[in-house]
Amino acid sequence: MKKLIQSSPRGFLLVAAMLWFGLYKTLEPFSHVLVKALPLEPGSHAYNSLQFFFYDTPKVLLLLAGVVMVMGMINSYFTPERTRALLAGRREGVGNIMASLLGIVTPFCSCSAVPLFIGFVQAGVPLGVTFSFLISAPMVNEIALTLLFALFGWKIAALYLGLGLTIAILSGYIIGRLKMEAHLEDWVRNMPAVAATVEGDTLSLTDRIDAGFASVREIVGKVWPYVLAGIAIGAGIHGYVPQDFMASLMGKEAGWWSVPVSVLIGVPMYTNAAGIIPIVEALLAKGASLGTVLVFMMSVIALSLPEMVILRKVLKLRLIAVFVGVVATGIMLVGFIFNAVV
Amino acid sequence: MKNIKVLGTGCANCKTTLKLIEEMAREKGAEIQLEKIEDIQAIMGYGVMSTPGVVLDGKVVHAGGVPSRDKVAGWL
Repeated sequence: MKKLIQSSPRGFLLVAAMLWFGLYKTLEPFSHVLVKALPLEPGSHAYNSLQFFFYDTPKVLLLLAGVVMVMGMINSYFTPERTRALLAGRREGVGNIMASLLGIVTPFCSCSAVPLFIGFVQAGVPLGVTFSFLISAPMVNEIALTLLFALFGWKIAALYLGLGLTIAILSGYIIGRLKMEAHLEDWVRNMPAVAATVEGDTLSLTDRIDAGFASVREIVGKVWPYVLAGIAIGAGIHGYVPQDFMASLMGKEAGWWSVPVSVLIGVPMYTNAAGIIPIVEALLAKGASLGTVLVFMMSVIALSLPEMVILRKVLKLRLIAVFVGVVATGIMLVGFIFNAVV
Repeated sequence: MKNIKVLGTGCANCKTTLKLIEEMAREKGAEIQLEKIEDIQAIMGYGVMSTPGVVLDGKVVHAGGVPSRDKVAGWL
């Protein structure tokens, strides 16, 4: 296989894409064949639940593998160093928009947040622009989007993308306007400025395909249990669970306070985009309203206590408070608008 | 003897990287001195933006993500 990729990387990608689509198209009929082989009454609850499970599990995993593969290859073009060079010296406004968009395609792990933050500021990326990147990178990512698309449809995924980007752009812009550079820790401000340079890119298409496979192994290998749990919950409550408890807490009739309460519950929780999906699935199935659930999801992913503890090493308390306040307000606005419109 | 430092603030990937290098050094019987740098100021001193990073004899040879086995083998 390795030789095959090396001799003709383009051909390999074409064949792989065709295989992927072929496989994707056979999933639904295959799930019917599979469930018919079981001794179950067609049309019964158990039959429908199992058919849903047999169809959704491979569908979501296949989608995820495809998207992660493509994103792994795209990521290899956007190293943090290159992103930094693109953003250094940008004006606010344009810079905030660029930073939020680059946040989607730049590989990012929450444990890198602080070194990345300092590296950006050191190279002359404006503070507000840096924040736009830091907010967008974990919140608007391909895993969250793929899972939302696969489980809830493209409209919800697109909405999440649009709203997430808007929050990142506006929050970063506001933080920039507040001129809070003085609230960086002293040692960060005193670090020598560095030039944002990029080394020449020497990766071949073969290398990028390797990078794609590596991220499929790493990410899909890590998130499949969450995905399975999410779908199992979804299949399990397909019509089984009464929709009263969550509906009264997070449903449409619950009142305005359910949105801020969701943020308060979400902040201390920390999990990645995949880990939150089973919870989202369960909440929606139990009658929680979509806006409130999205608020909960965004605050879990974008604002987390452990991250703030690490950020405290580089930001003074006031700047952290402003960061949390601005992002939380943005998320709540999204929730209110959403609940009012949908 | 080679000096290898793993730079990272203590995330899962950093621990995996440390373990991987330890394991492969034992397999190959390579003598190394392995250190873990967790202090953020020290990490920034190496100019690394994405952790985990790996420093081999004072030079940054890797940054961002767990290195592949081939890459680690190249260092040992």
